[in-house]
Amino acid sequence: MDYVETSGGKWELVIGLEIHAQIISNSKLFSSAPTRFGAAPNENVSFVDAALPGVLPVINSFCVDQAIKTGLGLNGCINLVSSFDRKNYFYPDLPQGYQISQYKHPLVSGGYVEIEKADGSRRKINLERIHMEQDAGKSIHDQSATKSFIDLNRAGVGLMEIVTKPDMRSAEETSVFLRKLRSILRYLGACDGNMEEGSMRADLNISLRRPGGELGIRAEIKNVNSIKFLAAAVAFETARQIEILESGGKVDQETRLFDSATGETRPMRSKEDAQDYRYFPEPDLPPLVLDPARVEAIRRTIPELPDAKAERLRRDYDLSHYDAAVIASEKEIADYYEESLKHANADDKDMAKTLSNWLLGDLFALLNKHGKSIVDSHISPKNLAELISLIKTDVISGKMAKDVLEIMWENRRRPADVVEEKGWRQITSSDEIEAVLRKVLEEHMDKVAEYRGGKEKLFGFFIGQAMQKTQGKANPATLNEILRKLLNE
Amino acid sequence: MDKEFSSAEITKCFLDRMAKYVHWNAFITVCEESALRSAQLSDQKIAAGTAGALEGVPIALKDLFLSKGIRTTAGSKMLHNFIPPYESTVSQKLLDAGAVVLGKTNMDEFAMGSANITSHYGPVVNPWSRDKKLVPGGSSGGSAAAVAGHLCAAATGSDTGGSVRQPAAFSGIVGLKPTYGRCSRYGMVAFASSLDQAGPLTKTVRDAAIFLKVISGHDEKDSTSAARTTPDFESFAGKSIRGMKIGVPGEYKIAGMSEEIIDYWRKGAEILKDAGAEIVEVSLPHSKYALPAYYIIAPAEASANLARYDGVRYGFRAEGKTLKEMYENTRAEGFGDEVKRRILIGAYVLSAGYYDAYYLRALKVRKLILQDFLSAFEKVDLLLTPSTPTSAFAFGEEPKDPVTMYLNDVCTVTANMAGLPGISVPIGLDKLNRPLGLQLMAPHFQEERLIQAGDVLEKGANFPALTEVA
Repeated sequence: MDYVETSGGKWELVIGLEIHAQIISNSKLFSSAPTRFGAAPNENVSFVDAALPGVLPVINSFCVDQAIKTGLGLNGCINLVSSFDRKNYFYPDLPQGYQISQYKHPLVSGGYVEIEKADGSRRKINLERIHMEQDAGKSIHDQSATKSFIDLNRAGVGLMEIVTKPDMRSAEETSVFLRKLRSILRYLGACDGNMEEGSMRADLNISLRRPGGELGIRAEIKNVNSIKFLAAAVAFETARQIEILESGGKVDQETRLFDSATGETRPMRSKEDAQDYRYFPEPDLPPLVLDPARVEAIRRTIPELPDAKAERLRRDYDLSHYDAAVIASEKEIADYYEESLKHANADDKDMAKTLSNWLLGDLFALLNKHGKSIVDSHISPKNLAELISLIKTDVISGKMAKDVLEIMWENRRRPADVVEEKGWRQITSSDEIEAVLRKVLEEHMDKVAEYRGGKEKLFGFFIGQAMQKTQGKANPATLNEILRKLLNE
Repeated sequence: MDKEFSSAEITKCFLDRMAKYVHWNAFITVCEESALRSAQLSDQKIAAGTAGALEGVPIALKDLFLSKGIRTTAGSKMLHNFIPPYESTVSQKLLDAGAVVLGKTNMDEFAMGSANITSHYGPVVNPWSRDKKLVPGGSSGGSAAAVAGHLCAAATGSDTGGSVRQPAAFSGIVGLKPTYGRCSRYGMVAFASSLDQAGPLTKTVRDAAIFLKVISGHDEKDSTSAARTTPDFESFAGKSIRGMKIGVPGEYKIAGMSEEIIDYWRKGAEILKDAGAEIVEVSLPHSKYALPAYYIIAPAEASANLARYDGVRYGFRAEGKTLKEMYENTRAEGFGDEVKRRILIGAYVLSAGYYDAYYLRALKVRKLILQDFLSAFEKVDLLLTPSTPTSAFAFGEEPKDPVTMYLNDVCTVTANMAGLPGISVPIGLDKLNRPLGLQLMAPHFQEERLIQAGDVLEKGANFPALTEVA
C-alpha cells in the first residue's frame, strides 16, 4: 500500500476522478450542428444550440453508440433503459439555462480499468457509472476590459462523464489510470483524449484518512488539464490537507481550482454556496430504450484493447513484457508496429523483435529529437520494415542502418534507395574481405607480431583498419571470422 | 368548392373586421400585406386546380407558434422584439396546406393564465360581451375571440391545462386538444413540455377535424411526437354514435358548480343518448388531486423552459453592472407577475429538500390519474364533462387570488395530465347570455370519437351563432 508518512504518522490518500470525455462524432448530442474543432467563433451553432424559443433536442444515435462502445470497452453494464434529466443553472455559455444530462438513470453502470504500475503490480480501478451529457459553450473574458464574449461552438457537443469509485491511492495510480483510460478511449475511437484542447477533462476528488480508517472529507479539484499537472495537483492538495488535519482542523468540502502556473489549488466555491441544480426528468426526451441486439452489434465492433494486444504481442512475438506494454499503450504506436510487421516476415519472431527494438529505440529517439508523434513520422512503417529486412539479409550492417535511418528521416526515401545511392551495400564476399585483410596485415607486420605475442587487444585495431578501407561496408561477422583465421595461420 | 367568393375577398373581409374590432385586442401582430398576397396566390392555385386542404382559408396563429420573419412574442415583454428565423412545424403545415395567416393572436404571457389578462399586450375582450366586458378565457384568448367574433375562419391554440378548451367554452366555439404527441411541439414557445399540445379553435366540430388533420403527424424534430398515421378525422363527422358508451364521471360535479351547468351537462348526455349512445356513470377517483399536481408539474417544467430568457442572446435585456444584475433586471422587468409566480413555484418544488414532497409526489398523482382514465376507458368509449366550472366572468370580477383563478382549469387539466385528447363543444347560453361548453375526452389517439360524438352534440345543442357584436 502507498502511504504518505509524516512526523504525524501515516496517511492514506483516497482519490476519485470524474472525467469528461468529448464524444467523437460529426454532429452534436442533440443537434445537427458540426463539432469540428477550430471553426470560427459561433460558426457551429444551430437554433437548438442557441436555445431559441421552441427548439427541441433530438438524440444523436451515433453518440449513443459511441457511449455504449465505451461502456463495453470499460467492462461496464449497459442499461437498456436510461433517461435524461435537466440540470438547472444560469450561465451565459449555457444557453438553455440547463444542461441535459443523465442523472438518475445513466447509460452505463459499473465497469473497471486495470492498471499496471511501474513496479509491475496490477490493480483494478472500479467505475461508478458513465453517462451522456451536453458540453457548455465557452466564455471569453480576456479580449476586453469591460465585456465578456461567448462562443457556442462547443455548446451541445456530446460528452461522456466517466465517474470512478474512490479507488486510487497515489498520484502514480491516478496518472497511470488516466493514461490507460485515455488509451482505451482512443482505441475505441470514442474520444480523442486531447487534454490540451479540452476534449478530455478530469476533476479530482481527494481526501485523506488514517490507513484503513473512515473516509475523510474530500475536496474537488477542477481545471487539471494535463496528466503532467495531475501529480502536481495531488501533491499540493495532499500537503494542504495533511497540514490542516495534523493541526487538528477539518478539511472543507469545497470545490478548488488548480492553477497550472503556480501548481497550487485555491478555493472556487464552498459547500455553502454549492448550487442547487434542481434536477428533474427532461420532458422533451423520452427514455432511451435500447434493443439488446444493438448492444450486441456494437460489442462485435470493439477492437482489441491495449491489454489484450500487449498479451498477444508477448505470446506471438516473444516481445518483452515492457516492450509489448509500450507498443500497446497507444493505438497509433501499435498500429505502426503492426503495419510494419505486415511488410516484414512476421512469422520470424526474431524479425518482430528486431522491429520492436528499432521502433522503440532508434525511431522513438528520432521522433523525440524532432518533437513529432508517431503519426507524423517521416519514416513509414513499410520503410522501417524494409530497413530491418536489409539488416537481416546482410545488405547493410546494423551500424550502417542507423545512418540510413537518419537519411530516411531527412528525405523520406526508401532504405534500399538510400543504400544504393550512397553505395553502402555491405561487402559480404569472403574473397574480397580476405584480400582487404591481407593488405591490412601486410601493412602492419609489426602489430601482427605483437598480436601473436599475446597482445590480443590488437584484434580490434585490424578490424578498424579493414573497415576504414571498405568505408565500413564489410560485413562484420565475415570480417571477424576471416581475420581470426588469418591471424591463426 | 362553390367558389362563391375568392380567398382575396374573404381575407379582405376578415382584415376589415379585424380593424373594426381592434378594441377586442385579439391580435398582437396583424399581417395584412402578406395575408393579401398569399390569398391571391391561393386564388391562383384554386383556379389552377392545385389547392391544398386549407387553400385560401384565412386563419390566425396564437402568438407562441414561431413564424419565420414575423415577430412572435408569446404575450411577453421578454420577446417584444423577437423575430424568429424559423417556422414552427404546426404553422408550416398550415402554410403548406394553403392557409392564409392573418396575424398573431393575443394570449396570456407564456400561456400562463385562464382569462387572457396576463398578456403584456393587454387583455382581450370576449365578443359575447354585452353590458359588461367579459374575458375570453385563456390562455388562447386572442384566438378564441378572433374565431368567435368572426375575425378569422379558425385559429391555432395551445393547451397545457385547458388553454384551448376553456377559452373555446367561454367564447362559444369549438376547441380541440389532441393526444399528447399527435402534433409536433417544434417551434412552439414551450410552457410545460410534458403537457403542451397544439390544437385548433374553430366554429364547428367539422372544421376542427379538417384543421386537426392538417397539423397532425410525426415530426423528427420533436422526439415526443408520435409515429402514427393521421386518420381522416372529417369523415367521422356525421357518423352514427349508436352503441357507443359514454361515461359521466361524478367527480366533475365540482363544489359550487352552478345548477345551470349541471343542467346543460344532463342535456348533453340526453342528446348523445337520443342519438343511440349509452350513458354510463363512471368514477375517476383521483380527479381532485389533478389540479394541485398540475400546479406543481407545469411550473416545475416552466421554471426550466423559461431559463433561456436571460437577456444574453435575443429578446429583452435590461442592463446591469454585473452579469448577475443583468440577469436579475432582465427577468424582473421582462416577465409579468404570473410568470414570475410560476417560475418561483417551479424552482421551489424542484429544490433540494422539497423535490420528493412536491414534484415526485405530483408525478405519482399523475400516474394515478392516468390509471383512473385507463380503467374508465375499459368500460366506456368517451367521457362527458362540463368544460369549465363557470361561464366567462367580467373584467374586474375575476378571482383575485391565484388559486381560485387556477380553478378555471379544473375540468380540463386531467386530460393534459393523462395525455388524452379532449374537445369542448358549445352547449348553450346561461341566464346572463354567456356561452357554456361541454367537454368530451377520448382514449389516446382516438380523436375520431371526439369528432363523431362532438358533431352529434353540436347538432343537438343548436348553439346560437353570434350575430350582433359590440
